[in-house]
Amino acid sequence: MTEKIAIPLNVNGEIREVVIRPADTLLDVLRNELSLTGAKPGCLNGDCGACSVIVGGTVYKSCIMLAVEAIDSKITTIEGLKNSPIQEAFIKHFAFQCGYCTPGFIINIQALLEKHSNPTYETIKEWLSSNICRCTSYEEIEGAVFSVVEKSSDE
Amino acid sequence: MHIIGKGIMRKDSLEKVTGHAKYTADFESKKMLYGRLVTSPHAHANIKQIDTSSAEKINGIRAIITGENLPLTGEEMKDRYPIAKERVRYYGEVVAVVVADTPFQAMQAAEAIKVNYEFLPVVNSPSEALKADAPLLHPDLENYEKINMVYPVPGTNIASKTKIRKGNLEKGWQESEVIVEEAFAFRPSDHAAMETRAVFAQIHPDGMIELTASSQAPFMIKRLIADYFNVELGRIIVNTPLVGGAFGGKASVQLELLAYLATKAVNGRLVKIVNEREEDMVTSPGHIGLEAQVKLGCTKEGILKAAEILFLWDGGAYSDKAIDLSRAGAVDCTGPYHIDNIWCDSLCMYTNHPFPAPFRGFSHSEVHFAFERTMDVLAQKLNMDPLELRARNAILPGHTTPTQVVLNSSTVGNLPECIRKLKMLLNWEEGQVIDVGPNKVRAKGVSCVWKTSTIDPDASSGVILTFNKDGSINLISGVVEIGTATKTVLAQILAEKLKMDINEIHVQMGVNTQSTPEHWKTVASRGTFMAGRAVLTAAEDVIKQLKSLASFLLRASTEDLEVGYGKVYVREEPKQYIPIKEIAYGYSFPEGLSIGGQMIGRGTYILRGMTHLDKETGAGRPGPEWTVGAEGVEIELNTRDYTYRVLKAVAVIDVGKVLNEKTALGQVKGSMSMGLSFAARETFRFDREGRVLNPQLRTYRPLRFGEHPKYEAAFVETPHLDAPYGARGVGEHALIGMPAALGNSLSTALSVKINYLPMIPEVLWKMKERGK
Ligand code: FES
Ligand code: FES
Repeated sequence: MTEKIAIPLNVNGEIREVVIRPADTLLDVLRNELSLTGAKPGCLNGDCGACSVIVGGTVYKSCIMLAVEAIDSKITTIEGLKNSPIQEAFIKHFAFQCGYCTPGFIINIQALLEKHSNPTYETIKEWLSSNICRCTSYEEIEGAVFSVVEKSSDE
Repeated sequence: MHIIGKGIMRKDSLEKVTGHAKYTADFESKKMLYGRLVTSPHAHANIKQIDTSSAEKINGIRAIITGENLPLTGEEMKDRYPIAKERVRYYGEVVAVVVADTPFQAMQAAEAIKVNYEFLPVVNSPSEALKADAPLLHPDLENYEKINMVYPVPGTNIASKTKIRKGNLEKGWQESEVIVEEAFAFRPSDHAAMETRAVFAQIHPDGMIELTASSQAPFMIKRLIADYFNVELGRIIVNTPLVGGAFGGKASVQLELLAYLATKAVNGRLVKIVNEREEDMVTSPGHIGLEAQVKLGCTKEGILKAAEILFLWDGGAYSDKAIDLSRAGAVDCTGPYHIDNIWCDSLCMYTNHPFPAPFRGFSHSEVHFAFERTMDVLAQKLNMDPLELRARNAILPGHTTPTQVVLNSSTVGNLPECIRKLKMLLNWEEGQVIDVGPNKVRAKGVSCVWKTSTIDPDASSGVILTFNKDGSINLISGVVEIGTATKTVLAQILAEKLKMDINEIHVQMGVNTQSTPEHWKTVASRGTFMAGRAVLTAAEDVIKQLKSLASFLLRASTEDLEVGYGKVYVREEPKQYIPIKEIAYGYSFPEGLSIGGQMIGRGTYILRGMTHLDKETGAGRPGPEWTVGAEGVEIELNTRDYTYRVLKAVAVIDVGKVLNEKTALGQVKGSMSMGLSFAARETFRFDREGRVLNPQLRTYRPLRFGEHPKYEAAFVETPHLDAPYGARGVGEHALIGMPAALGNSLSTALSVKINYLPMIPEVLWKMKERGK
């Protein structure tokens, strides 16, 4: 078995030292070493988006990314978001039920809005189709996104 | 009413949008060991040998458990070893469990275990299972221990047979002038809740067994572990935190048994098992498949006279909840119509497929697909508007159900009103098919639905209310928060009753079976009804206590007092009052003398008047009331390549009373979404050897963002008198009509009968062009 290594991770504005196997995924390290359990395992295969986190400004599925790949990047997990407009919109629009997919969706939308302040519906769809929600009808999530984008798109 | 009906914010909102909401797998401890399953890569085989020698040599391995010396399990009939013994009967069946210090070591060991199999012929569908020469999956069937209303046929693959005999079928055919007959089929599929099942368990030094499980049925876990493993009931505690979607799938007890065995194997140490997605889809129970034949007869005016129905359920390798599912399908086998003569055989068949758990709608979307598609075929033969045919036969107060329950205006909702609203919302009058060319048509399809909740006649629900010193209340109920916001609605019911601010009601989200009063199972859209009744009783209890203490402080008799707005006051002199917070913990006189103490309210509710069904006729009262609805979809279909888009989905449900507008809408739209996803794309793909080829979310592909239609939901409010504020169930009903409505729209658009699910373009193409 490979030796464990100590690496620093910059998570939600704090530098945290973790001792891990080089093969550990970012999702496992966030959850098990740092107790940041907001990012969820849904498939461990890149298919569902429940594990999404922002790494260096881009949204990644942390289940298919190694923790060592994130050294030197700023990592934002759902725990790093406080009172953001999209979180408030999710509550107002009842954009969640069981809440399991919610951190992944919110992080994804946050990253989207950081890149595109006024995205088209096509762009929203392209980004959000990487996440699965099994409880809502997606219409509620759509409503939450539109309310934050302000200008609702044409379609 | 000050708070009932409003779209009150969910009590779990902040936890859930900040990532702090905790689900079972989120709990970690340094003390934990990790369990990992070894599963069968074959659907039917004898286990010749299990070689664990190299696995045992791996560091950190604490136990390897195989299927010797385990009791048979099963909720209605005991036919399954929790870990396979001698023989595997489905792809993904557990053959061993490894316990290790880390998940990685557990995985390594699981991979190092070598199992030697001898293949057996595979039963790949329920109709194959019925054949006289089919391999027998359970030669021991006649010796299995079973409960009431389970009727296996030993020497066959029939795990149970439910019969419905109402009226006189012969007479029905004689009175029929128009007759149609259709056949339907679909394979098992899955719930695919986003949270895979997870559980951790330990046995404390004093012998207390404690499990934490992602489950809809913590109290059932407790009961079944006690029963299967001969443990004292009171020595088992089950915790359930928030659950990440369930849809019926987490009402079955399966993984929890393995966690119990695992902790037992390591002297009670804490062991955690989390399903991988693949295991969650095939190893843990999924969504039942069905083959059905429906024959209907009616007069020229379209009045239904006879229904003859055969259901062959794909009950999978073990009967667990499948028997109950096959019974529930029989109970509402016809759809919401008045029919005098009904014959139905509902057979729960053993196959070499993964076995089913309940699925949202509990067999109803499945049987409605068959029945409501046949209704459209009948309407076409009659040359009658399909909604008109349904309206003419709509079930009404005074009519009887297939199990011969006489309905009244409380026990059945108002179907004609639902149909009327649906017509408007669907703009039905514009026509069912519109050519929007080139190669494009728009088409509408409809379906009516009904459902009762076939739950145990002795199921009960309890609630405890405890006061805080500031007069606020803790609401404690055994309902599991699976996403439906039931606990928010319970807080609304309490706030309404006590005329208090909902922010002063604190809801305990988690369940602990030792300190939380029992709620049978969080299923069947019964949480609000049963727990809501218990809340009302508990509130009455509190009111009585408040009044009796206040009576003496206010010097007025209890009959003259009212409770509300944080006070107990004299009805005619509201200025004469005492704040609740001054008596919630008893009352202290200025000199220090005190009386009373913390006020605690209690309430329980048990369903009324339910009975077992008669073996020969099915007669009996299976559930408290029938919720009805009318639903429709509008699609746009490309007639050249058979791709289509659902433009709009509509559901009109008689919910009795809307308790929380927002969460009710959320339940209805979420149901429609799941129903469309099931109908349009979800299925397990089996190869000839019965292996599931797509147990992953990239190959088993539920609807995603952007693929959703526009949803419209409307409510009719015919109160169910037994329920709090008259509310009927709302969590499942919108799902039930979606497969049939979609099938009817596609069949109409293509002028061909689409009787298979899922309705992917390839199926449409096959039905249309191969038929030529
Ligand atoms: S868990 Fe990472 S995409 Fe599903
Ligand atoms: S809220 Fe349950 S999966 Fe999205």
